[in-house]
Amino acid sequence: MATAIKVNELPKTEVPAAQRPAPKMSARKVNLWYGQKQALFDVDLDVAKNSVVALIGPSGCGKSTFLRCLNRMNDTIDGCRTQGDIRLDDRDIYDRSVDVVQLRRQVGMVFQKPNPFPKSIYENVAYGPRIHGLAANKAEFDEIVETSLKGAGLWNEVADRLSQPGNSLSGGQQQRLCIARAIAVAPDVILMDEPCSALDPIATAKIEELIDELRQHFTICIVTHNMQQAARVSQKTAFFHLGKLIEFGDTDQIFTNPKQQMTQDYITGRFG
Amino acid sequence: MSMTESGPIKKHLVRSYDDDMEQITRLITEMGAIVEQQVAFATQALAEGDEHAARTVIDRDPQVDALEERLDQTAIRVLAIRQPMAIDLRIIAMALKISNDLERMGDYAVNIAKRVIRLQSQTRIRPIPTMVMMSEMCQEMVKDILDAYIARDPDKAMAVWKRDQEVDNAHNSVFRELLTYMLEDPRKITPCIDLIFIAKNLERIGDHATNIAEKIHYMIHGDEINRSRDDEK
Amino acid sequence: MTDLVSNGGRFAAITQRPPRPEAVVAAHTRRRYVRERRFKLIGMSAVIVAISLLAILLATVLSNGAGAFRQSYAVLDVRLDPAQIDPSGNRDPEVLADADYQAVLNDALVAAFPDMDDRQGRRALRAMLSNSSALQLRQMVLDDPALIGSTVPVRFLLDDERDQYLKGEVDPSIPEANRRLKDRDIALVDRLAEQGRIETGFNWTLFTNADSREPEQAGLRAALVGSFWMMLICFFLSVPVGVAAAVYLEEFAPKNRWIDLIEVNVNNLAAVPSIVFGLLGLAIFLNLFGVPRSASLAGGLTLALMTLPVIIVVTRAALRSIPPSIRAAALGIGASPLQVVFHHVLPLALPGILTGTIIGMARALGETAPLLMIGMVAFIANVPSGPLDPATALPVQVFLWSDSPERAFTERMAAAIIVLLGFLIAMNVIAVLLRKKFERTW
Repeated sequence: MATAIKVNELPKTEVPAAQRPAPKMSARKVNLWYGQKQALFDVDLDVAKNSVVALIGPSGCGKSTFLRCLNRMNDTIDGCRTQGDIRLDDRDIYDRSVDVVQLRRQVGMVFQKPNPFPKSIYENVAYGPRIHGLAANKAEFDEIVETSLKGAGLWNEVADRLSQPGNSLSGGQQQRLCIARAIAVAPDVILMDEPCSALDPIATAKIEELIDELRQHFTICIVTHNMQQAARVSQKTAFFHLGKLIEFGDTDQIFTNPKQQMTQDYITGRFG
Repeated sequence: MSMTESGPIKKHLVRSYDDDMEQITRLITEMGAIVEQQVAFATQALAEGDEHAARTVIDRDPQVDALEERLDQTAIRVLAIRQPMAIDLRIIAMALKISNDLERMGDYAVNIAKRVIRLQSQTRIRPIPTMVMMSEMCQEMVKDILDAYIARDPDKAMAVWKRDQEVDNAHNSVFRELLTYMLEDPRKITPCIDLIFIAKNLERIGDHATNIAEKIHYMIHGDEINRSRDDEK
Repeated sequence: MTDLVSNGGRFAAITQRPPRPEAVVAAHTRRRYVRERRFKLIGMSAVIVAISLLAILLATVLSNGAGAFRQSYAVLDVRLDPAQIDPSGNRDPEVLADADYQAVLNDALVAAFPDMDDRQGRRALRAMLSNSSALQLRQMVLDDPALIGSTVPVRFLLDDERDQYLKGEVDPSIPEANRRLKDRDIALVDRLAEQGRIETGFNWTLFTNADSREPEQAGLRAALVGSFWMMLICFFLSVPVGVAAAVYLEEFAPKNRWIDLIEVNVNNLAAVPSIVFGLLGLAIFLNLFGVPRSASLAGGLTLALMTLPVIIVVTRAALRSIPPSIRAAALGIGASPLQVVFHHVLPLALPGILTGTIIGMARALGETAPLLMIGMVAFIANVPSGPLDPATALPVQVFLWSDSPERAFTERMAAAIIVLLGFLIAMNVIAVLLRKKFERTW
């Protein structure tokens, strides 16, 4: 695994209060506006290390928006304004001294639609390490590509055709290639934005199994519309509605005995 | 504080889902109604030595089993196609368990009925008022717990749960009384043992009623009951 | 249950609607078919009209211009008399250059037609050959003085009128007064042909010579070189600037009113008539910067000005067609915005940009109006040796020749159009091939 690579240190800022087991990522009072429209309201959420947090909620509830705050992908949207405190290992990621490119290396992302680059499988995985200068020579690149593909459970399927274009793979394989691409830069956190919504149930099951394995080494935050999936892969679940975090708790509790009426109505199909 | 108990449960977006849930509740209610009658007939048979009532109980037992089977099938089907969550999941899972309790209660009623029939051909002993009272208490508990289920009323269920202590006490006193009879007259040992078994069955019926009370509580609140009344049971 | 009833009620208005009579439905279907057929017919006739117009154009141009690629030559045995050319015999190049080659040529002509050795006859003989023939002899002798003293067969360009006659373009049945080529000249050419002294070959002159007053000597060289320089300047100016501007506007520019204003103006600029760019070029490059009039540089700059907005618009369209998922993927892995553009977006947009660029360049290659405005319409008899020399362009050459009365120029104009069309088709084919080669799916 490429975990031996030295991580560029993010600047340290003062921690407000002592928290017992420090979460990998924590959000406090996060507010977000798209132009005049407020999309997130005072969201507080902690992501524990080596755990999977699922974000659920109806479309337009702000769960994807919140996910994209965690690696500042919202910065690329015009007129998007974020307020509040989001920390990665107790460092404010919105601090002026934080380099957003370094942040996104530490907080990787997998998208809804598999989006491999129109390059070879090898290049897809090697691209991240290349732009971040994580490997010095061909042998190191080869090693990263192999370990990443193995990590994503794709190595056995593509080992003999690394030079073929990434788009030639099936949808599920493409998504695992995207996961391999994300872990190739040895991130701390992996954000997944509905990673299985374009996949068939078999490919979905493979990704879910992979998520469970990835959890041992990475911290994962996943947005999903599939509540069974959230229930299956996550340890904690957050329910968003209209930009507010309605309920956040253990996945077992959320799906068997939610505390909030709104959560109950949503997960039992009584919404609207 | 749980919010789920406040306000009525809304309708599902998918109407047939509501129909499915309704069917499960209806099956439990129907099964409960028959079991309640079975216990009532058994009580009557015991109190009045009514062999006809006892035979009715035995004859009707397959109905209970059939209902339980239907409920199992329905619940499995709903689990498979709806993948229920939260309250729905608890209702279905608890329906499966409650039906099991009800089926057991029905079996105990049949046991009582069988022993009542056997008692008719044996040495007559004096009716034991405590036992009749115990029987009526059980019948009452079964009726109330079903009302609580239909009303989805955890408080009412808790009231039934607390009454189990009285049944246990009655059972103890019946046992002591019968023990005295057996010591007095060895010829009465056989009928007394039958009566002891009947008392035991009644006590078990009460226990299953409390089980159902616990399940109603879990179904509504989603958490374990606060066992302030925990005893040697 | 009541819900189900009301449900039925909800759809009752739909399901219980009385069915339309069979005949009405059939009539409706028939009308629909008729309309579809009519539309297909209109579309097909439009295509047929367009194709036949194109065919007529091509046929006209080809039939008019094909002749210009052939040229008739007269082969004469020329005796290079040392007494006439180099009396002193020391082969002094200055003496050789000053010799009277016209006399040598006249002697050769008279030798072929001894009966024409009078004043009028000699004139008729001289008129038969292009007026560059004496110069051709001189050049030949200067190149190889060893030829002096021998008799060599030399190929001379036949005069354009006689060339046209040989190509069958002059009808001898027309009254003599109504044609430029008199009966005597025709007879002379016929005699030349009888002697086997007429040769026909590929008209290299068309590509090796610049423009000339004599049609048989006129060529496209100046126009080709001028067009080449202009395309080069236009390409290296408009493509980098255009692509850079498009990338900035599309990928980096903040969304504000100023950028909107620029975008609107760029789009408008792409639709501005080309002659306006000519005026702009005239005002800026010639008057303000003092670029030499009629130079390829001025033309190239003006064409670049004209092509720039087209390239910006095309490039932006190509960039916009790249799915945002690719940008998100690259950003998500920690690529900087610049890396996103140069590693992913631009390579993917390249086929689109290339196609747009080539089509823009093709348009610039065929552009005449702005070049007229900046004085590139001059008669250029010398091949330009650099972008600052006076030059002309292919379409302008077409324009110039179209003005000339000689039949041979009309033929050459058509030939120039064929050359121009050839280049345009080649550029479009390259555009298609590049698109095929670089196109990728995602």
